[in-house]
Amino acid sequence: MSTRTRADAAARRAARPAKTNRIGLEKTSYRGRPSTLCKGCGHDSISQRIVNAAWEMGLDQTQVVKLSGIGCSSKTPAYYLGWSHGFNSLHGRMPSVATGAVIANSSLEVIGVSGDGDTASIGIGQFKHAVRRNLPLIYIVENNGVYGLTKGQFSATADEGQFLKYQGVNDLPPLDICMEALTANATFVARSFAGDPKQLEALLKAAINHRGIAVLDIVSPCVTFNNHDTSTKSYGFGRANEIRLHDLNFVPEFEEIEIEDYEDELEVELHDGGSIVLKKIDPDHDPTDRTAAYNVIQQSLDEQKLITGLLYINEGEPTLTELLNLTDTPLTHLPDERLRPSREALEGVMATLA
Amino acid sequence: MSVAVREAPVVKPDAPAAVNDFAINVATANGSGSQTSNGVLLRALFKMGIPINGKNLFPSNIQGLPTWYIIRLSKDGFLARREITDIQVCMNGRTVAEDMERAAPGGIVIYDDSLPIANKRNDVTYYGMPVKDLVKEAKLPHALRDYVANMVYVGVLAELLGIEPAEIEAALLHHFEGKEKAAGLNMEMVNRAIDWASVHVGHHDGYRIERMTGFNEGKILVDGNTAGALGALAGGLSLASWYPITPSSSLAESIEKYAPALRTDPDTGKATVAVIQAEDELAAIGMVVGAGWTGARAMTCTSGPGISLMSEFAGLAYFAEVPAVIWDIQRMGPSTGLPTRTSQGDIHAAYYLGHGDTRHVVLFPANPAECFEFGRIAFDLAEELQTLVFVLSDLDLGMNAHISEPFAYSDAPFRRGKVLSAEDLEERQGSWGRYMDVDGDGVAYRTLPGTRHNMAAYFTRGTGHNEYGYYSERPDDWEQNLERLKRKFETARQLVPRPVLEEVEGAQVGIISLGSNHDGVDEARARLAATGLSTNYLRLRALPIDESVRRFIEENRTVFVIEANSDGQLHAILTTEEPAHALKLISMAKCDGLPLSARYIVEQVQEALEEELI
Repeated sequence: MSTRTRADAAARRAARPAKTNRIGLEKTSYRGRPSTLCKGCGHDSISQRIVNAAWEMGLDQTQVVKLSGIGCSSKTPAYYLGWSHGFNSLHGRMPSVATGAVIANSSLEVIGVSGDGDTASIGIGQFKHAVRRNLPLIYIVENNGVYGLTKGQFSATADEGQFLKYQGVNDLPPLDICMEALTANATFVARSFAGDPKQLEALLKAAINHRGIAVLDIVSPCVTFNNHDTSTKSYGFGRANEIRLHDLNFVPEFEEIEIEDYEDELEVELHDGGSIVLKKIDPDHDPTDRTAAYNVIQQSLDEQKLITGLLYINEGEPTLTELLNLTDTPLTHLPDERLRPSREALEGVMATLA
Repeated sequence: MSVAVREAPVVKPDAPAAVNDFAINVATANGSGSQTSNGVLLRALFKMGIPINGKNLFPSNIQGLPTWYIIRLSKDGFLARREITDIQVCMNGRTVAEDMERAAPGGIVIYDDSLPIANKRNDVTYYGMPVKDLVKEAKLPHALRDYVANMVYVGVLAELLGIEPAEIEAALLHHFEGKEKAAGLNMEMVNRAIDWASVHVGHHDGYRIERMTGFNEGKILVDGNTAGALGALAGGLSLASWYPITPSSSLAESIEKYAPALRTDPDTGKATVAVIQAEDELAAIGMVVGAGWTGARAMTCTSGPGISLMSEFAGLAYFAEVPAVIWDIQRMGPSTGLPTRTSQGDIHAAYYLGHGDTRHVVLFPANPAECFEFGRIAFDLAEELQTLVFVLSDLDLGMNAHISEPFAYSDAPFRRGKVLSAEDLEERQGSWGRYMDVDGDGVAYRTLPGTRHNMAAYFTRGTGHNEYGYYSERPDDWEQNLERLKRKFETARQLVPRPVLEEVEGAQVGIISLGSNHDGVDEARARLAATGLSTNYLRLRALPIDESVRRFIEENRTVFVIEANSDGQLHAILTTEEPAHALKLISMAKCDGLPLSARYIVEQVQEALEEELI
């Protein structure tokens, strides 16, 4: 038992120089407004992981935008990265807003947050099309299998046979967000658990440096409506049934970290710098192999296990903005004269209409 | 070769020869290549200096259903749809009977002689064209035969009426973008038809086409969708996202067509505009809102059903105050309606789109030059007012070719509105509120994502918010915000394009109309004036209305509100916004899928006169 007092701790904190990241900011600079979600909500842990990852990566928040749809999860962008522009848009429509933002200013780091209702029900179309376009976007699904803000209805990721107080038994099979992402040709598919901070932070950092769309399906228990142990989206289930495919480490390019050699270690270089190092627990899983990813997801469904980690990654595919062949200078930074035709060019078209 | 005998009408037209003043209706089957032949006819006439307009009445179908193309020639420059058909071309067996009935007494019917002909009238001249034989003799590649068959009527009309073959050839080259082989194949068919007609048809005494001057010089021939696309590209468009829907698709496709020539960055060879075909209209407008919020000029184009789908985002753009532009090329609703027929039925939908109390700026271009201009300034208005701006065109304006003034180049700076830079924020020491009405005009200051200042960020939401953009459910915050949005709408009244007024000394009857109705109104006013009734005319170019609309209503005894829908939507808006003058406003709403004709307007006004309404 500690004999140190609270006053001692405060004095020590004051004496110690504040810890800053590589752009000279303290972690507190990466916070947002106070959360209004229920105490213990998995979403708040995820917000905290975003704060940590962004701070440790030394992200310039002014070059980050936070987008969301509608729902409990979609409220969270107000709770982290207070210096970043945020847009709490429409239910299920975050991907289209993100598409416009990315095209307008391709230098922005875009973090989209959504929920299982927002993504797998009303927004399944936009979700899959954003994935198909390989939009440079971090797409976080805070997945709790239930509608929180409207007070506890089933979502499309709810377990088959699940019982909810007001709805009774769900007799439809769930949609699996990672499976949906994979079939839409996602280039980064990961599953994690709000109660697994270390893994989640490594995945977030890797997602930040991934070239195209990074889909993170994060099981995030709803403490109010869906946290009983029979739910695969509960803390209890997650803790008891999480199987990590690998130990994950993100190695940023600005840090020289010696990692001890591991058998079955795999290092994937990321397009925007750094690499993710996977120390395989399951020696059969190769995250650059799509078929292996399908198999892992199917296995987790069959065995009712929460298999977490980087399921699939492919750094080779061009992103939407690359395919559009836009100027390297973001469109929003181009001066007027570069955003309109020359007089001669317009007159050339006029001549064909005369 | 079969020999067509010229069948003289029993009743000879007594009227003097109509030179450059009649209408031709060409009946074909959809997908038979008639777009080429009709387009070539129109362009040849345009190049001969004749004021013309072509209206394509086409079915919602790829191939086979009947299509009509109506070419109006008017030496006096009246280019509305003419209800009388002087010359009927029949190329479609399924409609030949009713098509032949359409020809006015004294008119001409030209028909493919292989079609089943029932009874012939004795007040019309008939010419049967041996289309099959002429095509066979031309020994064309098999796959092309059906497509060039329509060139037979082009040649026959040329010989009969006096269209210069050289202009037909030039128009073909233009159509095939200089590809001589394709143009040559078609011209060969035209020439064969001319040769045949010179022997078997000859020139017509009643109807003549003669080269003229004074109208088309310096002008261009273009459809409104092309014009809108060019205007947007000239106005700094950075993202066009769209979902295919008739009749707006050709606007997006024109952007794609002209973007490489107009918007390739000369220094890098890269694109300065993106075009995305979205998965649906919700995504299309979502992308526009995302780009507008980030600081780019973005637009989508759609038609009625797409507008319905965009409703939720329209409300968000209004309430979160995000610049965005939607082009609505109106077609006939409700529901899927008549997808290939023109209408002005979305005036209400566009003005009020969204739930809760919502009103949008709506622009009404009337001709291609205005489509171009509004294509550009819609972005200025959207950014200055930080709101959604609609441009309401319609199928007739958007898809049919019209004679237009060439589009004026502008290098005026884009009006970007109130945007705070990092330096501005430094000066204000970071103190600002996203929804704070600093200037009293209802328009607050915004920052763009990516602004390098740690006080630049704000949180955008469709939920209730206070002056700083923070979530608020306070009644006073809510009311103040809506009051400010109303002030902003008053500012919009001052910024939108003013109505165009044509006033006549002593006239007491007014007409208010909008958009593509102009040609019909213009001609109707001339005809009414000839009967002794002069009228004043206000062509509305935008909502919200400004002071001049009220003055116009005040100054006239009676005002007809003419529009192409069933409920009289503009009439209802004017009645609501100028209730003191409501009884002066008479709704004249026509909704049959066709562009308004002068005849309809004249008859309605005269009827009202007889009923002593005015």
